[in-house]
Order: sequence, then C-alpha cells, then structure tokens
Amino acid sequence: MKLYLKIWRQKDASSPGKIVDYTLDGVEGDMSFLEMLDILNEDLISKGEEPVEFDHDCREGICGTCSLQINGEPHGPDRLVTTCQLHMRKFNDGDTIVIEPFRAKAFPVIKDLIVDRSAFDRIQQAGGYISVNTSGNTVDANTIPINKYAADEAMDAATCIGCGACVAACKNASAMLFTSAKVSQFALLPQGRVEATERVQNMVRQMDLEGFGNCTNTGACEVECPKGISLTNIARMNREYLAATCKG
Amino acid sequence: MGILDSKIPSGPLADKWTKHKNDINLVNPANKRNIDIIVVGTGLAGGAAAATLAELGYNVKTFCYQDSPRRAHSIAAQGGINAAKNYQGDGDSNYRLFYDTIKGGDYRSREANVYRLAEVSGNIIDQCVAQGVPFAREYGGMLDNRSFGGVLVSRTFYAKGQTGQQLLLGAYAAMNRQINRGKIQAFNRHEMMDLVLVDGKARGIIARDLVSGEIERHSAHAVVLATGGYGNVFFLSTNAMGSNVMAAWRAHRKGAFFANPCFTQIHPTCIPVSGEHQSKLTLMSESLRNDGRIWVPAKKEDAIAIREGKLKPTELAEEDRDYYLERRYPAFGNLVPRDVASRAAKERCDAGFGVNKTGEAVFLDFASAIERYGKEKALTSGIKNPDKATITKLGEEVVEAKYGNLFQMYEKIVDQNPYKTPMMIYPAVHYTMGGLWVDYNLQTTIPGCYSAGEANFSDHGANRLGASALMQGLADGYFVLPYTIGDYLSDDIRTGAIPTDTKEFEEAEQQVRERMEKLTGGSGIHSVDYYHKKLGKIMWNKCGMARNEKELKEAIEEISALRKDFWENVKVPGSIDSKNQELEKAGRVADFLELGELFAKDALHRNESCGGHFREEYQTEEGEALRDDKNFKYVAAWEYKGEPKDAKLHKEDLVYENIELKTRSYK
Repeated sequence: MKLYLKIWRQKDASSPGKIVDYTLDGVEGDMSFLEMLDILNEDLISKGEEPVEFDHDCREGICGTCSLQINGEPHGPDRLVTTCQLHMRKFNDGDTIVIEPFRAKAFPVIKDLIVDRSAFDRIQQAGGYISVNTSGNTVDANTIPINKYAADEAMDAATCIGCGACVAACKNASAMLFTSAKVSQFALLPQGRVEATERVQNMVRQMDLEGFGNCTNTGACEVECPKGISLTNIARMNREYLAATCKG
Repeated sequence: MGILDSKIPSGPLADKWTKHKNDINLVNPANKRNIDIIVVGTGLAGGAAAATLAELGYNVKTFCYQDSPRRAHSIAAQGGINAAKNYQGDGDSNYRLFYDTIKGGDYRSREANVYRLAEVSGNIIDQCVAQGVPFAREYGGMLDNRSFGGVLVSRTFYAKGQTGQQLLLGAYAAMNRQINRGKIQAFNRHEMMDLVLVDGKARGIIARDLVSGEIERHSAHAVVLATGGYGNVFFLSTNAMGSNVMAAWRAHRKGAFFANPCFTQIHPTCIPVSGEHQSKLTLMSESLRNDGRIWVPAKKEDAIAIREGKLKPTELAEEDRDYYLERRYPAFGNLVPRDVASRAAKERCDAGFGVNKTGEAVFLDFASAIERYGKEKALTSGIKNPDKATITKLGEEVVEAKYGNLFQMYEKIVDQNPYKTPMMIYPAVHYTMGGLWVDYNLQTTIPGCYSAGEANFSDHGANRLGASALMQGLADGYFVLPYTIGDYLSDDIRTGAIPTDTKEFEEAEQQVRERMEKLTGGSGIHSVDYYHKKLGKIMWNKCGMARNEKELKEAIEEISALRKDFWENVKVPGSIDSKNQELEKAGRVADFLELGELFAKDALHRNESCGGHFREEYQTEEGEALRDDKNFKYVAAWEYKGEPKDAKLHKEDLVYENIELKTRSYK
C-alpha cells in the first residue's frame, strides 16, 4: 500500500519543530508500524537525508520505550497495543497518517518523535518502592499468605509499562493513571501497607512538581493504555491520599 | 598458577560459598563511602547489583542506553524464575536444581558456580516477595509454580507471562530507593564507549551522552559490566533492538577474555519470520510447552496442502499428526530442553514437513489442554454432563488466565486466533551462554572489571534451561557480586578518588573520538542496517542451529570481508556531537562484525556437539549431539590479539567432582 505520512521533525529541544510530508510506497500489512518507519528511514538515508528519530527497543510491547501519537491517538488506532505491536493491516492504501511525539509539558521533545519521560522516573524515586534491604535475609516467601484476588489485582496494576500514553491521551496531561498504578500495587499487598501513607504523599507531591495536570475523570487514559490499566486505580489512589492526609 | 585461575574455593561443594564468604576481606562501612563503583547496564543483574552495592554504602554510578533503567531487556522475559524451594513437595532440592542445570548445560559449566546459584535461588524468591513482586498465587494464598523444560519438578515461580517485567521493576524500585538516598547516580541515555585501565586495573569508562553527543569521563575503583548478551549478532533475534555487545567487546579488546562465544541458545518457540522487512523476532514463552503440544503433519502431502492453504490444521485427524517430541522423547515429551526442541523442529522442517508459507514453522496446539481444563473446570463448577461447547468455553477461560497476554500478542502479530487454530512457531536466537570469562568472584581477566548476568559466561554451559536466566541475573546482582567485589575493593580503602585528568583517560577518550569520526567518514554507500542484515544472514546460515567445518571457514572469511567493506563504505548521516541513532547503531554493528568472526572461530575449533553447539560432523546415528569429553571438557577463553581470527585460546579445564559425566538423555 501507499501511504502519505505527516511527521513531526524537530532538530533538538531548543529548536522549533514542524510537520514534514513524506510519501511511502510498498508497505505491507504484516509490517509493524515501526518497521514501516524503518523503511522510510532507509529511504531517507539513501537520499542523504537525516532519518526520523523515534524511541523503540524491545519491539514486543513490554519495555514501554516506543511512544508516538498516531492520528491523534497514543499508540495509534488499535486497542491494547503499543506502537511496536501496531500492524499496518490496521491501515488502508492511500491513508494519510499524522505522526507526532507524545505532547505534554512534563515530556519535553528531545528530537523529532523522541520525548524526555524522566519525570516518570522521578515520581517512582519519590516512593515507588518498599524499603527493604536487598540482602535476601528476609522471611520465607510463603510466611505471609496473600489472598489470590488481591495478588492478581496488584499484578494487574503492576503491569504498567511506563510508556506515558495516559499522559499523552489526557487533555490535562495528568499522570494519575501511571502514579496510581504503582500506589495501588503496593496498597493491595501487605508488604506495601507499612509505608502506604508516606508513599502516596511523596509520589503525588512529585507528580505535581513535575508539572502534570490534574485528573478530571474523562477516562481517556484507560482507553488508550496499551496494558489496560484500570481507572479504578485512580480512585484507589485518591482514597489512599485522603486517608494519608487525614492521618497527617 | 596460570592466567585462568577460576579461584574456586576448596572444601565440599555445598560448603564452598559459605566458606568463601567467611574467608574474604570486608570493607568497613565508613570506608565504603570513599569507594566508587560503576555499573554498566541496569537489567536484572546490573540493577540488582547497583541497588545492593549502594545499600551497602558504596557510591554507585549506573549507565544504560535506554531512557530509564526500567526498560532493560530483562523486562521481556516471560515465563518465570527457578528456585529450589520445593513448595510442591515433588522432591526438589538445591542439589537437584544444581544437577539439572549442569546436565541441561551439557556438562560445560563450572560445578561450584552452579551449586552457588542453586543455593541462593530460594533467597531470591524471599527477597522479591518482600519487595512486593506480585508472583502468581494459589487460592490458599501460597505461591504457585509451573514446570519448564529439561526438569521433572515444578520449581518455576511466575507473574503471569510477565515475570521478567515484574522482577526488573522490583530491581528498578530497589535502585530508585537508593537514587532517592543519593547513593546511586543514574546516567540514562548514556552508552559506554570504552573501558579505561590505569596500571592494569579497570578504573573507569568513557561514556557518550546519547542526547547531547558529549563524550564524558567517569572514574571508579571497580567497573561492573552487566550489559546482557550478544544475540543481535544474528540481526534477527528476540533481543531488543538496542541490545549490543559493545561494552563487553570493548573490555575484551582491553584484555578481558571472551569465553565460549559459539554457545548460543536458539529458542524453539518463537513467532516465525514473515518477510524481508522483519526487524526482530518475538518469543512465545516456554511455559506454553506445559500445555501446548508440538506437531507437524505425519504425511508430506498434508504438510504441502497446509502450506498452500488448502487444508486447515484443525481438519487433520489425530492419527495423521506427528507429535514428534512426544514420539522421540517419551520421558520429557514437549518439555525437552530448548536446544533439543529447536533441533527437532529444524529436522522436521528440513525434511519437508513445515507448515507455513516458507516451510519454516511447526504447530503448537492447545486443543487438548483446552479440553482437559474445560472438563476439570466443569467438574469443579458443578456442571454435570457438559456439552462440547461448554467444555471449550471453560477451557479457553483457564488457558486465557494462564497465558492470556501471550495469546493476545500472538494474535496481534500473526492475525490468527490461537484459541481456535494452533500457533505456528519456529526457533529463533534468544540467549547467549557465552560471554566475558569470569572467575568464581565474577571478575574478568582485568583486575577490577567484573561481569554479571548474561554478559558473563558462567553458569549455563552449552545450553541454558528455561527460567534460569532471571535466576542467574538476580543471584549475581543481589547475592554474589556485593560480597566478592568487597574482597577486591578492600585494597582500595586508601586510594582516594580516581582522577580523570590523566593520560589514560585522555588517550581512551581520543580513541573513542577517532573511531566515531571514522564511522561518520565512510564513503557512504550502504546504511548500517544493510551490513547488519548481511552479517545476520551469514551467522544464521553458517553459525546457526547446525554448523560444519566448511561453512564455518567460509563464515570467517565472509565476515572479515564484510567488516572491511563496512569500515570503507558505511553511511552514517548526521554529526557526532548531537543525538544520532544511526551513529549509535554503527558503533554497535562494528563490534558485532568482530565478535561474529570470533564466534565462528570458536565454533570451528570445538570439534564436538554439545548443547546449543551442534556440529553436523559429530552426531549419533539418531541425530543426537555427540559430545567429546576427552578433548573438549573445557571453557574456551579467547584473548584479543588484533584481528578476531588471531585470537589466542586459553583453556579452563572443567573438573567434575560431584557429578558423573553422562550422555544427556531425555528419552
């Protein structure tokens, strides 16, 4: 199939960017979206132009490196997939595809389609852990039985890949879904309850400092999340936060 | 004492590690504050090591090429992590895990290292649960287990099909705790370009900031390389696009021996190649072999009809199917080790029984599991005399709960529903057992340069068993390196900070600059990917699942010529002093072009078949691997001498005091 691509090009963080048009022929349905961009780049390199830079690594939907706002949607039109798992069979011959970086004040553009998501790391550093030494000298793993449903729910929250689609989908560029997934994982497990109060306060504080917006319950994040992280996690984080505030 | 002193402690096998920990020198907490350690790579091994070393009090700097440590490729490990907990009461023990690993590795690993791995395996699970890793549980609240290939017990702990992700996020969280305390400085989007030696000791690295393009000098009292494997030398592999050998190879060029490069794991259950555009391959977890049955049509005409789309696999009667693993290996069936399963798939496809367009795929079928689970579920749900549709529905639900994410991934890539039609799979490059040679302390042949996880060669011999990579990465990082590195650093308590304004750093930086200028100064005919794909084809065709003398010799010549061509004609657009992904790729491929040649040389010299290394000249009449313990019961460690073909071989003889060497049999 033949595609008309409109791609955001930006030299570096301090330069202005713009949409550039490209036409690409010979795209097959079995290609992934990123393989389509690989072909475009081969083409550009052979013409002596600079290739389009984009973030990607595992190409199997788990590392969370790839991003891309495709026709206005994070990770494109398919549901429950990252861009690397989006296949060209979801598009038609002659389609125009607009490709932009994830847009948020807290995610500044580094180059072309690459953004800086280190704000996510700093939120995790503020409290996304259990303060246990890694010496291995803990109790036997089966000492504390954990209800299967709670464990499964914690696992569902823990599957967040930190890609930032929730932020890019949100009109407020809120990071509530991302932050609440980690808060939830630990709030649901007995190991995590010990530090629950400080954790939610510290992570929310950092989230606000980074310049992410507030949640207004539109639910776009849940729809666009490639891992299906549930909005329930935001409700749980709000409850945890309220409880923490009352405790002082 | 030769150069290859493995430093295995004396004493009975089961006491070695405890004795060693009691014997080695410690650094007191106040002195640890004056010692710096660089950790390159932040996957399971690097992340775990960084967190623990920082917690002990050392000043740690971490480096990763990804934008966050959470994205290291450990994250993609699916199936699980082994530990000899014996929670199932099925006869597991440290000794059995040790024995299975040595046997699985086809008797090409070190007894003492593997025993230590088994010994600390239980601790890993305790540790991870304490960190909040949400492992799968049974209804009673206890941890659940599953089975993996090459063993007869259930010792694999898992978190759905995302065990690697959860363990990595655990290590990442432990790192974050130390970053928050100021004990780890994380340099993300940074690549190690070279190792810096001062007076023969590893004292720092030259790194490139991948965003600004700036070249930086970083010093430390010791350097840990935990940079993963080199599977991408094949271009197509299940590794991440960025996975590379640069750090390990740079260390090799500076004097670290590279061990057993030809020991590469070809994983049996990956999604087959679909076309020329393919950029990487996707694994379907080995855990699927717990429930999936592997088959091809028994008759060639049926295979042809399936390839041409005239016959559906579900239409083929039970007696017309060849469940070749169950047929050839009745004791282990579909759960034979990876090397055995891969070769068996290749054998069937080469014989003309392949089932996809290219003839390079076999079926992995869940129909019997769906039926079995459906019946069981109907019973436990109190449904009497369920009809077939109900059984299928219930069975599919059970299978979805176990492998849902894998089935979804398959469907997205292949566009077929694996609940209704069997999956198509084919072997692909997945893991490299070879790597930097290390002693019992995980130190390379360069003093102060350590290597952990997949980057070293240590524990898996010639074939790694499923769910053992995560175990080894975390064991090295959390529980081994933090002890052994202290022994070395106890000599450095009075050294003080290592200055970076010395001639050693100056020269190393200069060489890095010159290399990048050379890469961007080519005549500009072909892209980096052009060379990488060519290299991959040579590797897959001549150094892949089956190797022979003639083709290995050809491979050495072809890779050498390709490397020459690369340096003369590669085209790298853009500048060296800004973000430049093509330049990053070029540096990595340049090193693969050297490693590939050493790989072929190693495979050529090893005149035997063992584990993942199958030489066509050395096989039994039934086509099984023919090992030669008399002549090849050693680790081949290569010393850099300029051109890879001139590398010098050093042997570490493998001594088996606790296990009798046998022909591996899974029949």
